[in-house]
Amino acid sequence: MSRARGTGESLKNFPFFGVISIIVFAFLYVPLVFVVGYSFNANRVVTVWKGFTFDWYAEVLTNNDIQRALMNSLRVAVVATMMSVLLATGLAVGLIRMVRAGRTFAWSLIMAPLIIPEIVFAIGTLALFVQIRVPLGVEAITLAHVAFCIPFALLPIRARLRSIDLSIYEAAADLGANEWPIFRRITLPLLMPGIVAGALLAFIISLDDFLVSYFLAGPGGTTLPVYIFSMIRNAITPGVNAVSTLLLLISLLIVTGSYLITRRRRY
Amino acid sequence: MASTTATQPRKHGRAGQGSWWAGLPGILFLIALVLGPLIIIVIYSFLSRAKLGVGVKWIFTTQPYVELFYSESLSGERTFDPTYLQILFNSALYSLVTAVVCLVLSIPIAIWIATRPPQWRTALVFLVTIPFWTSLLIRTYAWIIILNDNGPINAALEWTRLISEPIAMLYTPFATSVGLVYAFLPFMILPIYASAERFDFRLAEAAYDLGATRLTVLRRIVLPAVRPGVIAGMILVFIPALGSYLAPELLGGGKTSMIANVIAAQFGASRNWPFGAALSVMVLVITMLALVVFAVVNRRATKGGTRQELESFL
Amino acid sequence: MAATAGSALRIRAVSKTFPTPEGGEVLALDAVSLEVADGSFTVLLGPSGCGKTTLLRCIAGLESPDSGEIELKGVRIDDVPVWKRRVNTVFQSYALFPHMTVAHNVAFGLQMDKLPKAEIARKVDAALEMVRLSGLGARRPSQLSGGQQQRVALARALAKEPEVLLLDEPLSALDLKLRRGMQTELKRLQRETSITFMLVTHDQDEAMSMGDQVAVFDSGRIVQVGPPRDVYLAPRTRFVADFIGEANILQGTASAQTITVPGFGVLSTDALATDGVAAADGQVFIAVRPESVTILPAADGNGTVVDATFVGGDLHIDVKVGDVVISARQAGAAPGALSAGDTVRVAFPSGSVRVVEA
Repeated sequence: MSRARGTGESLKNFPFFGVISIIVFAFLYVPLVFVVGYSFNANRVVTVWKGFTFDWYAEVLTNNDIQRALMNSLRVAVVATMMSVLLATGLAVGLIRMVRAGRTFAWSLIMAPLIIPEIVFAIGTLALFVQIRVPLGVEAITLAHVAFCIPFALLPIRARLRSIDLSIYEAAADLGANEWPIFRRITLPLLMPGIVAGALLAFIISLDDFLVSYFLAGPGGTTLPVYIFSMIRNAITPGVNAVSTLLLLISLLIVTGSYLITRRRRY
Repeated sequence: MASTTATQPRKHGRAGQGSWWAGLPGILFLIALVLGPLIIIVIYSFLSRAKLGVGVKWIFTTQPYVELFYSESLSGERTFDPTYLQILFNSALYSLVTAVVCLVLSIPIAIWIATRPPQWRTALVFLVTIPFWTSLLIRTYAWIIILNDNGPINAALEWTRLISEPIAMLYTPFATSVGLVYAFLPFMILPIYASAERFDFRLAEAAYDLGATRLTVLRRIVLPAVRPGVIAGMILVFIPALGSYLAPELLGGGKTSMIANVIAAQFGASRNWPFGAALSVMVLVITMLALVVFAVVNRRATKGGTRQELESFL
Repeated sequence: MAATAGSALRIRAVSKTFPTPEGGEVLALDAVSLEVADGSFTVLLGPSGCGKTTLLRCIAGLESPDSGEIELKGVRIDDVPVWKRRVNTVFQSYALFPHMTVAHNVAFGLQMDKLPKAEIARKVDAALEMVRLSGLGARRPSQLSGGQQQRVALARALAKEPEVLLLDEPLSALDLKLRRGMQTELKRLQRETSITFMLVTHDQDEAMSMGDQVAVFDSGRIVQVGPPRDVYLAPRTRFVADFIGEANILQGTASAQTITVPGFGVLSTDALATDGVAAADGQVFIAVRPESVTILPAADGNGTVVDATFVGGDLHIDVKVGDVVISARQAGAAPGALSAGDTVRVAFPSGSVRVVEA
């Protein structure tokens, strides 16, 4: 006698998995809800609710240090994004044409920043820059960010590149196009959604980074996360929540944008 | 003929697909900024401390590694001192606990998502990814709010009169662990989901048909199928967690230092770069060992099929 | 049919090997030679993996031969890169550029030739008109049906006015009805443009109905070239006889001018088609088309009917003669004329038996 009764759908469900899943989702989101919620707290003590106010946002947005840190963060993120997307596009195209050993080596280099503990990468870069006399600050942070933004920029571009039917290139060559026209008229436009998605991901990764920026900031290179860290260290007020909420909002908007671009099937 | 044209290598057919040197700038950049830092750390770990503490003096020494095991009294006497080894061990333990807790939480949710209707799945996966794409600093800060003495947990417990005094949760090993699990959970859920999604759940139905119970199906059919995801998840959680700085710094309150905090201190207040470099080399060694272990397990258990899972978080 | 206008394409002893994943080598083309008349419609026919597509790709320049020569209008093109050859291809997958409109797809090749804008616009319109897609120029390929995409691929290649148009299994992705329509369409286009067409297919019906000339491939070699009717009526090898249409292949012993086939005895000389026997001696293979086989009920017959079925208007009969089963086909036979178990006499009328190479 078979136990397989009822619909196939219910058979796929294992006991408590649904409940556990909902609890895990709550675990993932409730902390963020508290960050956002207390940013409207009128009390200086974050967790003791006194009333609703927008005052912290006003205070945060008019704070010169925060404005400067935000500008630094944006400068780093924009330049790091452009550089990493450029290098990643080249890598995506180049990887396909490499011999196996070269590809393995390149792939290890690309993925290393994702696996190696960030602290090692951070102090290693610091030591390297001090040794070869690269001044610490916004430019130093940008260079370091490019290294770990590349894998995030690369993966969507590579996925896109792999989805292109090889006979498309052959058709273009057959119709009279050689290397450069094919790249400009065929490959690049077809890669565009991947490039945009990769750029958005690289941008958030750079914008949100704390540890590497913290070690490479030097005087005047303070980025927003580094500034938030010092706020948390000094005095926790709902102001911290307000800046954090703004940063969360930027991340959320960008990751949603990237998600929609990757989902949308234009062709 | 389609099959033959697809497998045949082409000389002229490569037109327009670019050439390997398109990747050259990227590779050179990564050699400089990924390989470079690793090499310089190894070099620094064999150099002497600079006078003012910033940077190094170019004199070869193994002193940083000696400091790992021994402490030197003012009179110059060396005694075995396991402090730093203890911290290394604790860090590995924290990472292991984090990975195991993440694993236990991830298996149900990954399988649950994989068994939802397809149109739900992408949305649910997206919900899992969002926290990953938000600032780790802010996500760690969130637990300061939640776990502190006036925080919502203590407030709720006091309100229900279960406790009269707040429970001290912040600045404990518990807080550090919660922060670590919270930081790395998506890295475990996504690779396991990637495996589970490829699993044909009709196999589970076939097993039920043969008289298996739910628990047997889970243990004998589903779990083996998601093994590549589990291995990828363990790599993606255990190794990066080893170098965690923020959770122990902000939630552990200095009482539960992990190796990253000690390394950071050497490059900051303690001003002993060579020693910090030596500690980093130890972290790299543990990383390598862990990678080798995972590679062996991977080869045995999954015939190397974890690549897709490793990339699943994008 | 302007087959007399001289040679568009001359292929001499072209060979090509591919490495296999296991480290071995596969001979995809084995010293293939072929001459294609200007303005003709040549079909390369053969089963999967026989090398016909490889030859097409060598002509297009997508593959470079290991040895041999390819001449286009009397000029060697072996070393001319793909993008400079005045030869265009219709790909099996169509390979339309998904990010461009239909009109831009067709214009692409003309832009590569750096033609003036007005001329490109005119040629694009003309090409779309020719494949009956006028008015769809602004659409994306993904908004078109399979048949329409096929026409875009054709228009895109034809717009370049190539010396030779190569078509790589262009109809294989279409359903049967659409395929029939496109076959007629392709013939019409070839007549109207008088461009030399070279089409690869594994479908023998397609080859028979479309080609002025059919080249049959077997394991990297061209085993027979000729007008479809000749190839059908006079297959040179056992493979050709079997691959094109149906054939009963029998083994016999040849001596002088006669062939002895077990179950049939000595075949009379007039049963044999004129050529062939003289060359053969000892063990030979003979091929007989099912529709040539005559079957008459006879108590002293040499065979027993195994199966008789109506397919369409024809009666398909399988008869066991000795150890072999002979297939026969009778058009307009009355139902019930023959049934399983009947003893019959199987005979091959004069001129219907061909001696073929193994």
